Amino acid sequence: MNTVVASITYRAMLGRKRVWLLALLPIALIAFALLFRFIGGGDESVAVELMKTFAIGTMLPLLGLIAGTGVIAPEIEDGTIIHLMSKPISRPVIAFTKYVVAASLMLGFSVIPTYVAAYILIGTESGIAAGFALGALFAGIAYAAVFFLLGVVSRHAVTIGVIYALVWEGLIGGYVPGARRFSIQQWAQSIADQVTTSAFLKSEVALSFAVPAMAIVVVGSVVWAGQRLRVLSLTGDE
Amino acid sequence: MSVIEIRQVSRWYGDVVAVNDVTMTIGPGVTGLLGPNGAGKSTLLHLMAGFLQPSGGTATLDAKPIWKNQDVYHTIGLVPEKEGVYGFLTGWQFVQSAARLHGLGDDAANRAIAQVDMADAKDRRIETYSKGMRQRIKVAGALVQEPAVLLLDEPFNGMDPRQRLHLMDLVRDLGAAGKTIVFSSHILEEVERVAQQIEVMVAGRHAASGDFREIRRRMTDRPHLFRVRSSDDRRLAAALIGDTASGGVSLTPQGLEVRTVDFRRFTHQLPRLARDLGVRLWQVSPTDEDLESVFSYLSGRS
Repeated sequence: MNTVVASITYRAMLGRKRVWLLALLPIALIAFALLFRFIGGGDESVAVELMKTFAIGTMLPLLGLIAGTGVIAPEIEDGTIIHLMSKPISRPVIAFTKYVVAASLMLGFSVIPTYVAAYILIGTESGIAAGFALGALFAGIAYAAVFFLLGVVSRHAVTIGVIYALVWEGLIGGYVPGARRFSIQQWAQSIADQVTTSAFLKSEVALSFAVPAMAIVVVGSVVWAGQRLRVLSLTGDE
Repeated sequence: MSVIEIRQVSRWYGDVVAVNDVTMTIGPGVTGLLGPNGAGKSTLLHLMAGFLQPSGGTATLDAKPIWKNQDVYHTIGLVPEKEGVYGFLTGWQFVQSAARLHGLGDDAANRAIAQVDMADAKDRRIETYSKGMRQRIKVAGALVQEPAVLLLDEPFNGMDPRQRLHLMDLVRDLGAAGKTIVFSSHILEEVERVAQQIEVMVAGRHAASGDFREIRRRMTDRPHLFRVRSSDDRRLAAALIGDTASGGVSLTPQGLEVRTVDFRRFTHQLPRLARDLGVRLWQVSPTDEDLESVFSYLSGRS
């Protein structure tokens, strides 16, 4: 960890208008929860459905994309990262620090709002709030790692990320059971399922697969990104 | 005292060769990297700064490889051409962060800011700076650790004349203090004013090397093409072809085209010949004085 790198990255992510990019979806989630609560639809199945489709299924991958790529890709694009890289600091440390910032943003902007939204709907009943918050925590860390790596290796990180989230997890994962094993969203549901006792959530991927898979994805992505940063080339305008 | 050594370095992107078999040794003092746009100056600077891997050859700083060696940044300060600054930081925050990334305190940051004369504007956000101020704050960021080597990519681009002179003085002073300074530019006058040593790059190759007198001489000592319009082109042409300064004279509807073989003699003789003949000169203009043709001439010879 390098505190200077972290503070510059936080300022870039949270400064002025950019913070709204991160805040929009969590605000929408909590607004939905309030709405269902007051029109009286706040039963357990609604809570599980909102958590599954909106919190885990939509908000998490999109925020993972915004935070994961946002901490590094724009700086590589406009060359500001030279300020950090032309210093005697190990580049894997720069990468690790930026990843930690992304992961912490996931905690603040998706894990906590997930818990709050579920709590608004049904309190602590059946452990739904705690379960989904824990799932969101793991998934947030994993999404941030994957999209962070994408932001380092590709200039088209956002496009590729959206395609992964929509096509692979959303579409193919919906029809092809095998694809679900390789879906962060499904891993998150497995973890949520361990905590909650709700009958409305049935996970499809075994925890014994989901947890190691997540660990490998996170560690692999961050290490790989660090190595890529070591050999990052700047071509200039020529 | 630090030395950058570039030995038989090439760099290509796919099929495009950006830098082609360049060898040069750069020691203390100011070295100007001169060449037209696209000549490979930026690529060469990035190779020296550790932001590009040589496709062939070696780039070393004091005999240690530069590529994948973060320790070189104790010695190298880099001022990139792209904006390269976080606009949301103030000048002070930017330079202070550079100091902290080097493990240095606020003293170093204050000293660097004073060095570029930015103390008055240091609490403004960088995005409110003019181009020249941005350039200076970037230089301050590169100077915090008092590096022995300073690399600047097109540092004078887009600055107003006063800012340019100020930065030129700073660069000259740093060079006189024994730092190894390399900067790139496509403007000969700029390089002449600041650099003791000039390395000319053309089309990825190292076309010429020397002090500014040497480069100036090589640039003027070449066949020139002049267009001359006068009150009597034909008489003037006859006199010019009789002089050893011209290699060829042709009559065109737009006037005379004179190819000179001895530039100095031609500029000396032309007004005298005209006066003696009673011919009035309307126009004398070089047709190939643009930098591109000068560079292509130099590269054709090496």
